[in-house]
Amino acid sequence: MINFQYLRTTTAKSAIALLGKDKNAKFLAGGTNLIDLMKRGVSAPEKLIDINHVPLKQIEQVGTKIHIGALASNTAVADSALIKEKLPLLSWALQAGASAQLRNVATVGGNMMQRTRCGYFYDTEMPCNKRQPGTGCGAMEGFNRMHAIFGTSAQCIAVHPSDMCVALIALDAEVVLANSKGEHKILFKDFHRLPGDMPQLDNNLKADEMIIRLEIPTNNLAKNYHYLKVRDRASYAFALVSVAAALEINNNKITDVRLAMGGVAHKPWRLTASESFLKGKEATQYNFEQAAQLAMKDAKGFGGNDFKLKLAPNTIIEALNLAKSKA
Amino acid sequence: MKSSDQKPNQGDSRRDFLKKSSVITAIALTPGVAVKAAENNADERFAELFEKIPLNLTVNNKAYKTSVEPRVTLLDYLREELHLTGTKKGCDHGQCGACTVHVDGQRVNSCLSLAVMNEGKKITTIEGLANGDTLHPMQAAFIKHDGFQCGYCTPGQIMSAVACVREGHTNSRAEISEYMSGNICRCGAYPNIVDAIVEVKEGGATV
Repeated sequence: MINFQYLRTTTAKSAIALLGKDKNAKFLAGGTNLIDLMKRGVSAPEKLIDINHVPLKQIEQVGTKIHIGALASNTAVADSALIKEKLPLLSWALQAGASAQLRNVATVGGNMMQRTRCGYFYDTEMPCNKRQPGTGCGAMEGFNRMHAIFGTSAQCIAVHPSDMCVALIALDAEVVLANSKGEHKILFKDFHRLPGDMPQLDNNLKADEMIIRLEIPTNNLAKNYHYLKVRDRASYAFALVSVAAALEINNNKITDVRLAMGGVAHKPWRLTASESFLKGKEATQYNFEQAAQLAMKDAKGFGGNDFKLKLAPNTIIEALNLAKSKA
Repeated sequence: MKSSDQKPNQGDSRRDFLKKSSVITAIALTPGVAVKAAENNADERFAELFEKIPLNLTVNNKAYKTSVEPRVTLLDYLREELHLTGTKKGCDHGQCGACTVHVDGQRVNSCLSLAVMNEGKKITTIEGLANGDTLHPMQAAFIKHDGFQCGYCTPGQIMSAVACVREGHTNSRAEISEYMSGNICRCGAYPNIVDAIVEVKEGGATV
């Protein structure tokens, strides 16, 4: 690993001030993605600002919202009694991700900031527009089994591998960010971005900003929900396709519904057309199939990942059925 | 050789900044040498990047007061500096779990943690499990159930298994497998590893 300057700070304010002084600096939280990228030579920040001692680990209800500090560990959130009761979909999604060891140190903010990536991004011998803009995309005509079917560009077809983020986008989360001027809030769905002509950018976080916390509205979706992750082995593997599904059913009618997919796009992928279709309808197999079909409208395979065109709708239908039948 | 002879002004201002900043702790200010990093097309990196940072931590109930370069992982620190070679380097990328240790009681991949991130923490490695010549119940159970073949993944498996029992993720064989999925065994000793964990859990011994 190329060496770097290491700084440690205990307040968000000083962390932001330090970040502002050096454009080649990065925050270091759990480090499970960043340190790995640095070992591979994919990332080489000149300065790491260790923010692990900044007090942003709260998990609490404030009014009608659940606040989760950016530095709460994935384990802490997944095991939290409050989250299990109010936002069980988030707890399930977190437990489907990574391994127990990684979840113990990986943070909420770090999970959001993990790179959208693929094997070509990691292999410094290969072209990759995300790692080195303008060099081309190795995956487009290469091994692209894991890759995106939605929102791709000619530049990049990598996917964001997070499970947590799929649940968060389904739950209408908001993100509180801070810079030297103060805090402001954005919608979680606007945090990550599609590759377009700038695949080097995974998200819309500005260079002088820090993630402070998540705010997630409470809902009536804690009964009928499911996070279904389909992968090559039973555990500890990225999703081929994952689906977060949550239903509120009253008098046999769907009064609220959330659907989002992972493993299919450069960002967590909310299925808004499917949701609109299902709202007000009965929770039947037929309607679930129609919703799944709507979700696949603009899907496009690249050869190796063509199977996702069938796997994705099937996973949506299965997740909706499992959510519906949850006792 | 004094680094001040070679250091450009930019480095000096950085250093001044560090000295003044009260919220930054534990940055060593000893001089180093200007080094041209040959790896990975890097530009020149200057002396301060290579300075060692003081590190205080407790490993297996023994306090260590040392200093370390920021880029040294906890895994390399344990093995190369403290010569605690029980913790194994497998993939070195957080995918195999051979490097699993406990940090303040929680299992982590020591290969993906910088040693300096662990200032003030309590580390337990495989060497710290046994009580003198008496094996930890999990170690004894691994032997009884043949929970290994080549043995390379075993220290990580055992550290992870102990944590798994402490966390309470042992309510079924399926749950154990799920919560042990961060530890890979190329010999395929998985069923026996699960047997060992089940026995320790059912034995009710304090782990």
